[in-house]
Amino acid sequence: MSAQAAELLTRTERPSRGLHASAVIGGAIVTGIVVLALVALFWTPYHATIPTDQVLAPMSWHHPFGTDEYGRDVLSRLMAGAKLILYAGAVSVVIAVVGGVPIGLAAAARGGLVDDLLMRVVDLVYAFPALLAAIVLAAAVGASTTTAMLAIGIASIPVFARVSRAGALQVLESEYVLAARAYRRSTAAIVWRHVLPNIRSLLIVQASLLFAIAILAEAGLSYLGLGTPPPAPTWGAMVQDAQQYLGRDPLLVFWPGIFIALAVLGFNLLGDGLRDLLDPRLRERR
Amino acid sequence: MNARYLARRLATLIATLVAASLAVFSLLSILPGSPAQVILGTQATPDAVKALTAQLGLNHPLWRQYVHWIHGLVTLDFGHSYISQLPIGHQIAQALGVTGPLIGFGLLVGIVIAVPFGVAAALFRRNVAGAAITSVSQIGIAVPNFIAGLLLILVFAVKLGWLPASGFTPWSQNGWLAFKSLVLPSIALGVVEGALLSRYVRSAVLDVLRSDYLRTARAKGLSRRQALVRHGFRNGAIPILTVLGLEIPSLIIGAVVIENVFTLPGVGTLLLQAVSNRDLLVVQDVVMLVAVTVLVVNFLVDASYRLLDPRLR
Repeated sequence: MSAQAAELLTRTERPSRGLHASAVIGGAIVTGIVVLALVALFWTPYHATIPTDQVLAPMSWHHPFGTDEYGRDVLSRLMAGAKLILYAGAVSVVIAVVGGVPIGLAAAARGGLVDDLLMRVVDLVYAFPALLAAIVLAAAVGASTTTAMLAIGIASIPVFARVSRAGALQVLESEYVLAARAYRRSTAAIVWRHVLPNIRSLLIVQASLLFAIAILAEAGLSYLGLGTPPPAPTWGAMVQDAQQYLGRDPLLVFWPGIFIALAVLGFNLLGDGLRDLLDPRLRERR
Repeated sequence: MNARYLARRLATLIATLVAASLAVFSLLSILPGSPAQVILGTQATPDAVKALTAQLGLNHPLWRQYVHWIHGLVTLDFGHSYISQLPIGHQIAQALGVTGPLIGFGLLVGIVIAVPFGVAAALFRRNVAGAAITSVSQIGIAVPNFIAGLLLILVFAVKLGWLPASGFTPWSQNGWLAFKSLVLPSIALGVVEGALLSRYVRSAVLDVLRSDYLRTARAKGLSRRQALVRHGFRNGAIPILTVLGLEIPSLIIGAVVIENVFTLPGVGTLLLQAVSNRDLLVVQDVVMLVAVTVLVVNFLVDASYRLLDPRLR
């Protein structure tokens, strides 16, 4: 092979730099927020909910992001908020995975009437928006972190059910599954040994993308007062609180806003990048 | 085949509506405490509470209350608020005068942003312009719509003073002022949707550009532009229309948030106020109204997709 041809080959086979950049930038942002949240577990510069004696202080060495209308340190609240939003996002994703994947796998493995019935139920859940579910739950039992996570998690079950069903159907048609069947492996064993490991990357990508959606949804719910109640420093509630000082101290609104957008961007980029890295077949389509 | 599909889809729609109404009703009916007590306050005598409970029909078994509620919804008799005593149908109609135009304008803003930028991102995908558009849309998707709204308020209402930051002048009072108070909310709602839509437009256009029929059209002598206009647009329109239809539900949900940012007296505000006042019948009615709208839009999109695309017939 001539050097030229080799170069041509590597150039076409290597994913373009942009795709790598997604994963790297996304990974860096996500890591940054996770570190912030981990530090906040043990230490924040000030207490996140106890006021200092300076109200609406501008940015300074003592308060790098200033203080809010009650005199609470904004940096401390942002750090504690990172912890809250990652927790809410993670639980929502876990609810969606634990609820959705078994449904999708069962539908794919059983087929026929079971498949039809399960997917109808999934369609039904899919049609009901998360925000409405959160509103009904908040009206019924009062808004809390739990109601917000439940609403977001349950509303996302259909995504995982569909993705894992589609992935499983593909794997179940493969020849190694046929071989496993020839060895009289049970369906459950085939799903566990062959299907699940093969759709793992699909699920990881989806989880990252869902994390972004969950963060956006949680921020929206806590902004509307339908999530974790005050004085907890959720980013959404911080925006709501600061809104009345928009003219006087706009940064008070936009710091939490920037953090929300960064977190969503980070998980979106990470998900896109992972998809390109883990599933080369999809690379061409993007 | 097509009629059978529609019938099946319609049956699913009705089943979903019944399930949703059952879920909403049961969640809000198992609550402790009686609405009659809430209306009359803590000073009321037990007899008065009992009398009002009977008058509201809340002494009946749950299934009869459910049937009564559904019958009301179907005949557009939404009942009266437990708290304000106002007819709920009238409140909803007034709120729709705000939310309806808001969603319409928001959709328009979304399309105006998404189509040119999506097409450009696909056509210039190999150079800086395409990459820039794709990056901006990636950032646009990450910005919550309420932050976009507040940013618009800061620039155009607080700093420049061109448009109102909040509130709403009724259409009957002054149409121009009513429109002006919806400009910023519609942009806030539409920009974020537009960013998301532009990505779908981009991939739909890419699919068209890479299609065999376009290559054939070029091979038989059409210029790039002629081939795109004659064959590209029609084929690309189908997936974009679907996505557009799917965006309407998310615009409806987004409007709930945006109304809160701009304190507009729309359906979302009505709903959130009812939640904080525990005005349960209003919550029940409005949630069902929103759910019905979302589900019916989904149904119509699905059906029109089938009609537009001959391969699916």
